[in-house]
Amino acid sequence: MTTTAVHTAPSATGAPALPGAWRLGLIRGAMEIRLFFRQREQVVFTFAFPIVFLFLFASIFRDHMQHTGATASQYYVASMTAAGIMSTSFQSLGVSIAIEREQRVLRRLRSTPMPPAAYFLGKIWLVMVTGVLETALLLTFGATVYGVNLPSDATGWLTFAWIFVLGITDCALLGIAISSVPRSASSASSVVVLPFLLLEFISGVYILIDTLPGWMLTVGSFFPLKWLCQGLRGVFLPSAAAALEPAGSWEYGRIALVLGAWCIGGLLLCLLTFRWKPRDER
Amino acid sequence: MTEYAVRVRGLRKRYGEVTAVNGVDLDIRRGEVFGLLGPNGAGKSTTVEILRGHRARDAGEVSVLGADPARAGRGWQARIGIVWQDESAAEESTVQETVRHFARYYPRPRDPDEVIALVGLEEKARSRTKALSGGQRRRLDVALGVIGRPELLLLDEPTTGFDPVARRQFWQLIRALADEGTTIVLTTHYLEEAEALADRLAVIAAGRLLATGEPATLAGRGEAEAIVRWTDPDGREYEAVTAEPTALVGELAARYGGEVPGLRVTRPTLEDVYLGLIGHGRDGGSGHGGGSGHAGSDHGRDGGSGQGDDSHHTREGSKR
Repeated sequence: MTTTAVHTAPSATGAPALPGAWRLGLIRGAMEIRLFFRQREQVVFTFAFPIVFLFLFASIFRDHMQHTGATASQYYVASMTAAGIMSTSFQSLGVSIAIEREQRVLRRLRSTPMPPAAYFLGKIWLVMVTGVLETALLLTFGATVYGVNLPSDATGWLTFAWIFVLGITDCALLGIAISSVPRSASSASSVVVLPFLLLEFISGVYILIDTLPGWMLTVGSFFPLKWLCQGLRGVFLPSAAAALEPAGSWEYGRIALVLGAWCIGGLLLCLLTFRWKPRDER
Repeated sequence: MTEYAVRVRGLRKRYGEVTAVNGVDLDIRRGEVFGLLGPNGAGKSTTVEILRGHRARDAGEVSVLGADPARAGRGWQARIGIVWQDESAAEESTVQETVRHFARYYPRPRDPDEVIALVGLEEKARSRTKALSGGQRRRLDVALGVIGRPELLLLDEPTTGFDPVARRQFWQLIRALADEGTTIVLTTHYLEEAEALADRLAVIAAGRLLATGEPATLAGRGEAEAIVRWTDPDGREYEAVTAEPTALVGELAARYGGEVPGLRVTRPTLEDVYLGLIGHGRDGGSGHGGGSGHAGSDHGRDGGSGQGDDSHHTREGSKR
């Protein structure tokens, strides 16, 4: 054996330490973002989809909502921003991880000393960057075309910031979790889109929250999207619009509680169910 | 530092009703190229997965680079490289980006550009993965397998789907790595690959180890009798199994007065030995079953009645 340096024990003094999960998470995040923007088609559709929907809904329903000081168009700006956050996180992760699993990209990573946390952190970074861009696009569109008022003070933006961060983290974790459900990459988008659509309907994204049947609203209340929508309405609609809410107020405390609980629950779900190999592989 | 890179005793693994690995023992020395040979479903890949710690075993003792793979941590993982047959790197990433990125995972990586040169992808360094041919992708896989400067490299069917030229290039690469002191364990069902690369071989079928040894002497191949074949002037083919081929050829030369028509002298190939071991040889018991290669031959064995003398068993076949 000629390469003696290679054969020293890993704990021997002077041996370089293994790179940590946080630093590798940043490195992975940078790479994920670079690769995301190389897939031009995916970029265009990811960003265009919620804007097209916002345009459709906000153009079809434009009336003033009574006693709220807001228009239906403005309601849809908040809704579609929430849906956009969920599509850049939940939907895109759910589908792309299923593809990476089937193409054995995940098994390749598993064969390195990369800590699994670095992979998840990288995905969270990707989602944060694309989510911020998507949200900025939707809000710019909403403010210029539909006259939505952006927060005028730091408190408003701060409220927006914590709702955004908690909401997108929840949706990203749920997206990572659901990626383990489809048996193949080709079925992934159906498996991921159906629950997403269902949640959009029962969380008041497409249908105004005060016209949904009570039981649907109750089911929706168990999931983060309803609270994300509600929080964003709180930030971007006039305070009188709180009259639309079932509780008659924005309920920031409860929003923080539910979104925070889903961060922990979603993380546990990921840790317990994540698969590095396709489901049918024994 | 132990003498062995891999020590396995009584390894067992079941999947429901199927026993994939059934009591395998292995001793793989440091610095050696070790071939695991066997048909599909023999338990080769399962064994490799257990060695890498990707799969739990049901029973047995396993020590890889001095640690139990089921319990070893990241420091141990960084000392092992593995290449599977059907993996891929991110499609939109270039070769150089991918190799550089994977280098970041390891405490003491090799130089990424050197590794790209080692696998012969310099000209493709700036190409995206999706633009690579199948063989080039496999070479990228190997690059990712060795970027961490592994002490032990596990290769699962590394040249499946390669054309002959790419296979030879790959063999060169493996030899270069072995010369640097890397211990290499490769599974394959290409016998000529096992013979060309491996210092030692294990033949495994239905989860059991059938034989272990050097390719030249595996399962008594070294001592096996030679087969002498010739054709007499009226077109009849002869085949004699003998321990003294030189003597027989001498007799034949005398008989035909010089050149023996259609003369061939062979020892059982690794394939003959292998097929005999896994029970697919035509007459596996003799140690060189299935290797005669006569076109449409259905010759019987009628030892002694042919033209050889008593020390040779001669088979006779006719050309149609």
